[in-house]
Amino acid sequence: MVRIDPLILRARRLRLRRIVPQAVSRRVRRLWAVLRRQWRRSLQFRVVGITLSLSAALVLAFSYTVASLISNGVLQNRIDQTTVNVGAGAAYATQELTGFTQLDDPSLPTAANKIAVTLQAKLSNVAAEVVMLRRAGNLNVSWPKLKNADIMDSPQVNRMRSLVTGLKPGTYQQIATLDIGDGPKKYLVMGTPVALGSEPLELYYIVPLQAEDELIQFTGVVVTGTGIALVALLALIAAMMTRLVVTPVRVAARTAQRLSAGLLDQRMVVRGEDDLARLAAAFNQMAANLQRQIVRLEEMSRLQRRFTSDVSHELRTPLTTVRMAADLLFSSRDEFEPAAARSAELLQAELDRFEGLLTDLLEISRFDAGFAALDAEPTDLVPIVRRVTGQLESLAERCKVELKVVVPDEEVIAEVDPRRVERVLRNLVGNAVEHGEAKPVVVTLAADGSAVAVTVRDHGVGLKPGEEKLVFNRFWRADPSRARQTGGTGLGLSISLEDARLHGGWLEAWGAPGKGAQFRLTLPARNGDRLVSSPLRLVPDDARADEAALIGETP
Amino acid sequence: MDRMRARVLVVDDDPALAEMLGIVLRSEGFLPSFVADGERALAAFRDTRPDIVLLDLMLPGMSGIDVCRSIRAESGVPIVMLTAKSDTVDVVLGLESGADDYVMKPFKPKELVARMRARLRRGEDVAPELLTIGPPGNQITIDVPAHTVMRDGDEVKLTPLEFDLLVALARKPRQVFTREVLLEQVWGYRHAADTRLVNVHVQRLRAKIEPDPEKPEIILTVRGVGYKAGTG
Repeated sequence: MVRIDPLILRARRLRLRRIVPQAVSRRVRRLWAVLRRQWRRSLQFRVVGITLSLSAALVLAFSYTVASLISNGVLQNRIDQTTVNVGAGAAYATQELTGFTQLDDPSLPTAANKIAVTLQAKLSNVAAEVVMLRRAGNLNVSWPKLKNADIMDSPQVNRMRSLVTGLKPGTYQQIATLDIGDGPKKYLVMGTPVALGSEPLELYYIVPLQAEDELIQFTGVVVTGTGIALVALLALIAAMMTRLVVTPVRVAARTAQRLSAGLLDQRMVVRGEDDLARLAAAFNQMAANLQRQIVRLEEMSRLQRRFTSDVSHELRTPLTTVRMAADLLFSSRDEFEPAAARSAELLQAELDRFEGLLTDLLEISRFDAGFAALDAEPTDLVPIVRRVTGQLESLAERCKVELKVVVPDEEVIAEVDPRRVERVLRNLVGNAVEHGEAKPVVVTLAADGSAVAVTVRDHGVGLKPGEEKLVFNRFWRADPSRARQTGGTGLGLSISLEDARLHGGWLEAWGAPGKGAQFRLTLPARNGDRLVSSPLRLVPDDARADEAALIGETP
Repeated sequence: MDRMRARVLVVDDDPALAEMLGIVLRSEGFLPSFVADGERALAAFRDTRPDIVLLDLMLPGMSGIDVCRSIRAESGVPIVMLTAKSDTVDVVLGLESGADDYVMKPFKPKELVARMRARLRRGEDVAPELLTIGPPGNQITIDVPAHTVMRDGDEVKLTPLEFDLLVALARKPRQVFTREVLLEQVWGYRHAADTRLVNVHVQRLRAKIEPDPEKPEIILTVRGVGYKAGTG
């Protein structure tokens, strides 16, 4: 077997491709792509395509069978008739030639000619030819004298002639295209040997098959035409039938799209009682159920918001009174006894906490109700970071924590809600300072093309494994027994996480016992973009180095 | 005006809060009077002729918004809303119905008093001053000591706050004022506050002085910065 180098094959393919004009190949490819797309997307196209190919194959097989049956029948008829003629002709010729024993008898040609003419006259079809041949030595003679005398020397009938002149006597036949003087035509040639002494004469009947040929061709045209019409009709029927089914399905798809786009009133038209009508009815029922559910949820959400708003008012009014009373007591605490004065101070301080808790609770219930809205605008984050650290400077001093800020020289613009970002950062930095154990707290801001990030690192007690998820739980505390300094509400990180999510951002924590903790806020630079990575690492470099050294890897 | 004994009308349905407000206000030198429901608020307002109104937004009978609207219909007296709602819609609705400023519950007494004093701090400029702004053919004239604004020979009724806002803009016609600067100059806020106060009041002012408030020519918006007075 010859193995063809794949490279050569590829070169051939390339050459072929170059031969086909570029524009044509592009058009063909485009058409192919369109067809493939239609095949994938349109049920109707697929059904019509399958019907078309299956019915075409069926019709092809059927019409081939019919055409060959008809043509065989017609030919057989003529062959049978001619066989009878050949038999009779041979018998007649044998009888007429009984006196002759020598092929070179001078009266033989006249007799042979007479036989040929007589036989021809007996035929119903005048156009048919009868040929008698005698062949011996140099003599190659045929009777009667034909327009095209050497017709039987044509290579087309060679094989039959050799059979006739062969050893086995009998009648042989062949269909051949011959030219007997009026152009090439199809003929049925039948031949048989006529005994004459030691060597036979050859007797041939040449019967034109023009009528049969025309009939066969006509049959072919009719069968082909009928087949094509049938296939086209089947395709049309298939297209119409699928259309009948596909149209409601398409309507259903469109209605479903509208429904999911929020047009809850969309329904399908139910006509009749068939399967499609049942589909439409079921669809409508589903849509109605969905609509009812959605309306109910919306109503619940509205009630929840209303409740939040009402609770807000109902709690805030008495709190205002208490607040003012406490303020009044606090400002005149110098006139009180020590116990009462201290009580006034405690009242004042705890009211601040209470107020903070109330504010946070309301905030988180607003998130829960899905009522929180993002007011994103292009904002420079550098001043926000500086403002937050500035505000917390006094707390840091009280905790003896050094606050370091690392920000880029240029401005860091992102589409964020500045109020929320400031709240998140105040919370993160405040927590870091509180848990910083008098060690430095580092706030880092960085940006890349698609995201901005702030990390807040402290070197306090750190987080135990698993706690980096727990810290975002509501009212979670690292150590319940631990004394609290500023008394956060326990909701700060939960709210921060919600704020980050509202931006489509991330808020994550890392921590290791004894190594401190790091919180990372990552926000997309453009509102609505999806985050894929953060410009800053969650695990600080020094901790990575420690871990790598522990495992024995280079960082 | 006796500024040491400014009269205050407190419209609030919560008796404890009203009483506490009374204690605080009296200690700060105000002369408070009280009304507990919206329907009697207007009558009480007519009786007491207060220098400033403290108005709770949620009231039985008539809503604070309606009270605010009806007081504003007959007087330019400063109105400070007491609101427990931080939802955008409520604050904006209150400001649009005519309130000058708002204080969010729970507030600190000092905060409230500061807001009230800012609204009462008036009549200090007595030097005769006549300002004209607006494009030619559409000018308005402001007589600062007389507190009057004239357009086409007719007087335009402005509340004191709207008047202050207009004067602040008109005194420096070519300067663009940021919302924060206006909050400080007109409302007396030291720190950044709710810039919606400025937006709403500029809209109210435009509705009164602009021939077509949709296409303002006297108070122009400078996109991304703030506002400025239009000149020829």
